[in-house]
Amino acid sequence: MNKNKKSQTAAQKILAKHCGKEYVETGEIVNANVDLVLGNDITMPLAIEEFKKTGAKSVFDINKIAIVPDHFTPNKDIKSAQQAKKIREFAKEYDIKNYFEIGCMGIEHALIPEKGLVLPGNLIIGADSHTCTYGALGALSTGMGSTDIGMAMATGRTWFMVPGTIKFNLNGNLKQWVTGKDIILYIIGKIGVDGALYKSMEFTGTTIDLISMDERFTIANMAIEAGAKFGFFNVDKKTIDFIEKTGKDKKMFEVYASDENAEYDEIINIAAEEIDLLVAAPHLPSNVKKVKELGNIKIDQVVIGSCTNGRIEDLRIANDIIAGKKVNSEVRTIIIPATQKIYLDALKAGYIENFIKAGCVVSTPTCGPCLGGHMGILAEGEKAVSTTNRNFVGRMGHPESEVYLAGPAVAAASAITGRISIPE
Amino acid sequence: MIIKDKAIKYGSNVDTDVIIPARYLNTINEKELAAHCFEDLDKEFAEKVKESKIVVAADNFGCGSSREHAPLAIKASGVKLIIAKSYARIFFRNAINIGLPVIVNEQAADDISEGDTIEADLDKGEIKNISTGMVYLTKPFPEFIQTLISKGGYVNYVKDKFDKEN
Repeated sequence: MNKNKKSQTAAQKILAKHCGKEYVETGEIVNANVDLVLGNDITMPLAIEEFKKTGAKSVFDINKIAIVPDHFTPNKDIKSAQQAKKIREFAKEYDIKNYFEIGCMGIEHALIPEKGLVLPGNLIIGADSHTCTYGALGALSTGMGSTDIGMAMATGRTWFMVPGTIKFNLNGNLKQWVTGKDIILYIIGKIGVDGALYKSMEFTGTTIDLISMDERFTIANMAIEAGAKFGFFNVDKKTIDFIEKTGKDKKMFEVYASDENAEYDEIINIAAEEIDLLVAAPHLPSNVKKVKELGNIKIDQVVIGSCTNGRIEDLRIANDIIAGKKVNSEVRTIIIPATQKIYLDALKAGYIENFIKAGCVVSTPTCGPCLGGHMGILAEGEKAVSTTNRNFVGRMGHPESEVYLAGPAVAAASAITGRISIPE
Repeated sequence: MIIKDKAIKYGSNVDTDVIIPARYLNTINEKELAAHCFEDLDKEFAEKVKESKIVVAADNFGCGSSREHAPLAIKASGVKLIIAKSYARIFFRNAINIGLPVIVNEQAADDISEGDTIEADLDKGEIKNISTGMVYLTKPFPEFIQTLISKGGYVNYVKDKFDKEN
C-alpha cells in the first residue's frame, strides 16, 4: 500500500501538514511549524530569558506570538508587578502585536479564541498547560514549558512526538443541568489522571454535536487533566459560527478530521444519560463522585470562573440559579468573568447585578484563585467548590484546604445552600 | 555520566503544585524556588536533600501545570536525578530542556526504597541499587532526545543552528 494513502487521525494530519509531509507515523518525532506561540505573566519571563540566550535578533513573526498577563494580574504584589513589567517591555521592544494589557485582557484560553487567534487546523503551543483548550475549534494545541516557548519564539518551530488517539464517542441526551464539565470529569474519573498520557483525545458523537462551543472549550481545556497532549473536536456549524463571529471566514482555514478507518489506540463509548452532576473531590481531578451521593459537605467558598468555566454560558447557568436569591451568609462566592467581553455581555444581560444583589463578589478577569494566586485564597481547613480545573494539595491556598471541582450549576447551587448541592 | 547518591521516595501523581506551589511563582530566581521545593508534599525534603539527591517516584511524575519552575526548583535544590515509572509529558520535556536527568524505569522505581544508595550510569542506561545489589537496564531515549541531552538542553541545540546560519 502506498504510504501516502494510509488513513490518519486528525492529529496526524495536522502535524503532517505543519511539517510539510503527507503522512506521519504515531511515535515519530517531527519538527513542525507553529501558527501561534503563547505565554503569560508566570511563564513568559522565563521564556524571554531562554529566547535571549539563542542570540535571535527578532521573534519569528510579530503577529504569531501572544502574551497575556492573566495569572497574578492585576499585579498582586511587587514581585508579580516586576514579572508583568518584564513581559510588557519585551512585547514593546520586539513589537509583539498580540499583547493584551489589563483593561483589554482576559484569561488567555478564553481570550485567544475570542480574539480570532485560533483557526481550525492550526497548530498552537503555549507556556500554559491548558493551551489544549483550542482543540474545541478543530485545532491542535498543547502546553509546553518556558524553554520550548522561548525557542519557538525564535524559530517558529518545535518538536512533537506524534501521539496515538483515544476516541470518546458520546451519544444521547444529557440530564438536566449536566454540562461539558460533568462530561470531562466523568471521563477523567473513568480513565484517571494519566489515562490519556501523551495521547490525543478526540470527542465525537451525537452528544458532542448537541453541546455548545463553551462546553466544548471546557472539555478540551481539561484534556491535560487526563495527561493528554491534545483534546480535539471536529468542526461543525457551531465552530464555523464561532469563528465567523471573530471576523474570520471559511476561506482562511482548512478543516481536518480523522479518516473513517483511522487507527485509534482505543475507542470508548459513553451513553450521555450515564452522566450525573459530578464533582472531583480532593485531591485529584480523577477522584470523581456523584453530587447526590456525597452526603453533607459544608463549604466556605465558591469560585465560578477560570479558563475552564468562566465563559458567558457558565455565567448564564449561575445566574439562572442565583438570580433573585441570596447566597449563603457563610459562603464567600467569587465570580470571575473570563474576559472583558464576557464581563460586558454578562453586565448587559443583567447577570452581574443579580450576582451582586445575591451577595456575590464579581472580579475583573484573572486566573487568581484557581492556582492559589490571589482573589480568594483558602485558609487551613477550609473547603471550596470551584469551577476550575485542579484540586491538588494546596492548589487554592493552604495545604490543609480542600477544593471540589464542579460545573457552574453545582457551584451556584452550593453557594445558595452552603453545602455541596445539586440545583433544586 | 555516573550519578551516585541516596534515594528519596515518593508515590504516584506528584503534581507541579506540590513540587513548587504557585504562591511562589512570582519569581524566576532558582534559589528562591528551590527553598520551597516539595514543601506541601514533604516538610522534611529540605533536610533530606542534603543527604539524598536522587528522587524516585511512581507514575505520572510532574503532572499538572506547564511551569518550568518545577524542574528548575528540583534541580536548584540539589537533586541530581529522577527515576520514575512515568512522567507527565510537559514535565518530561521541561526536565530534558533544562538538563535535569530523568530516567523511566518501572522496576527500579518499584523496588528502590528511601535511603537506598543508587548508582546510575546515564550513558549506559544502567541503574545499580548498591544497597540491594539489584541492577536495572533502561531503554534508551529516542535519538532526537538523546541529541538534546548531549547538547546540554534545547537552548544549545537552537543556538547552534542560529550560529551556523550567521
